[in-house]
Amino acid sequence: MTVVHPTPIPVQPVRPRPEPPLAMLAELTHRCPLACPYCSNPLELTRREGELTTEQWAEVFRQAADLGVLQLHLSGGEPASRPDLVQIVAAARQAGLYTNLITSGIGLTGRRLDELDAAGLDHVQLSVQGVNAGIADHVGGYKGGFDRKMMVAAEIARIGFPLTINAVMHRHNLGDLAATIALAHQLGARRIEIACVQFQGWALRNRAALQPTREQVEEAKRTVAQARVDYAGRLAIDFVPPDYFADFPKACMNGWGSTGLNIAPDGKVLPCHAAEIIPGLQFQNVLTTPLAEIWNGGPAFNAFRGTDWMPELCQACDRRDIDYGGCRCQAMAIAGDARATDPVCRRSPHRAALDALIAAETSVAPPPFEYRRMPR
Amino acid sequence: MTPADRPFLPRGVRLHHDRVRGVPVLLGPETALILDQVGQAVLGEVDGTRDIATISAALAERYAAPVEMIEADVIEFLDDMAARRLVEAT
Repeated sequence: MTVVHPTPIPVQPVRPRPEPPLAMLAELTHRCPLACPYCSNPLELTRREGELTTEQWAEVFRQAADLGVLQLHLSGGEPASRPDLVQIVAAARQAGLYTNLITSGIGLTGRRLDELDAAGLDHVQLSVQGVNAGIADHVGGYKGGFDRKMMVAAEIARIGFPLTINAVMHRHNLGDLAATIALAHQLGARRIEIACVQFQGWALRNRAALQPTREQVEEAKRTVAQARVDYAGRLAIDFVPPDYFADFPKACMNGWGSTGLNIAPDGKVLPCHAAEIIPGLQFQNVLTTPLAEIWNGGPAFNAFRGTDWMPELCQACDRRDIDYGGCRCQAMAIAGDARATDPVCRRSPHRAALDALIAAETSVAPPPFEYRRMPR
Repeated sequence: MTPADRPFLPRGVRLHHDRVRGVPVLLGPETALILDQVGQAVLGEVDGTRDIATISAALAERYAAPVEMIEADVIEFLDDMAARRLVEAT
């Protein structure tokens, strides 16, 4: 017979209990009528049969509130694709969470929004794919989507929900940035989040099609600076510049396992929405392990918590506690090593490769989109 | 803001007692602000009906401080909140 020698278990350093999380993103479903090529969902989408039930979500919300979560973002996919969205919102409010709906608007009607209002929904974040039907329906891969969205926006304004417009910007729509900001104001938004596409999930697959040019990025910065003056006191403008063009990486998740967590449609608990691309991470499911246990000591959350995991370059860096080594998923995607310094960093040995990649992708016409689709 | 403005919390912004951290917080879109003593005192008075002069007078009496000083603090705090669209005024 074979004698199995068990691998010795490495001695884990004693860790202090982490601070409680402030925010949780609940991906209620991966189903979505739109097919945006920059979707941040993973390439392997969860089917309807795998989704948590209404009662299971309600239990997750109670556990999250007990753990210290204050803000809940209901996202997807398209959360309105869940027929029980109103009950889900009611359960979130009952748990005491500030409840934000992140939606394309497709699947919402005036009546359903009235029901969401009665259920206590705090805030709506409406995505726009473009400033007119031509570009928006092309990017969303959904004919008629723009017109539907404009009708939904009017219903949101009628009810008086506070509204944030969320616009993902890329090579095909950065030229419309000023018009996008004007549209947000016209729709009655208090805030606009202008997020230059982050290359995770489907966006990574479509990177060459979406990659902005350096000129577009510089122009966008000027446009935002001017708009902040023009709309002061009327529209708050949050701008996420494309990190590929920055000198230092984004402080991804404000530090891994420090502030927020993500629940996938099947109950899998992730330190960030893209974390599944990192091989070797062990994810736990809220159906089988209490959320507090996962947050406080789960292996995926501890993997990149604090600074011990960092390469020497980051350990010794004066920006160590500013950007926390940057984005782990990006290090994985570009450097092929989740423990590497984010290749965006000017001090990273992989920065030259990233610059070459940008130059190659922006020197030719963009390839067609590969739309996000559920497997059939 | 001026002493005659009547501040209020717009829809989607609310005070919340964080039972886990044991502190008062102001919740709004993409915002969870842990309030310090000043913030807590001022927002506790904001009701949409009283103006800043009245609120400042009440706080000055409660904290036995000169009203001009309190009013300046109140306006500074509320201006900051208004710039983040967490407070509005009529």
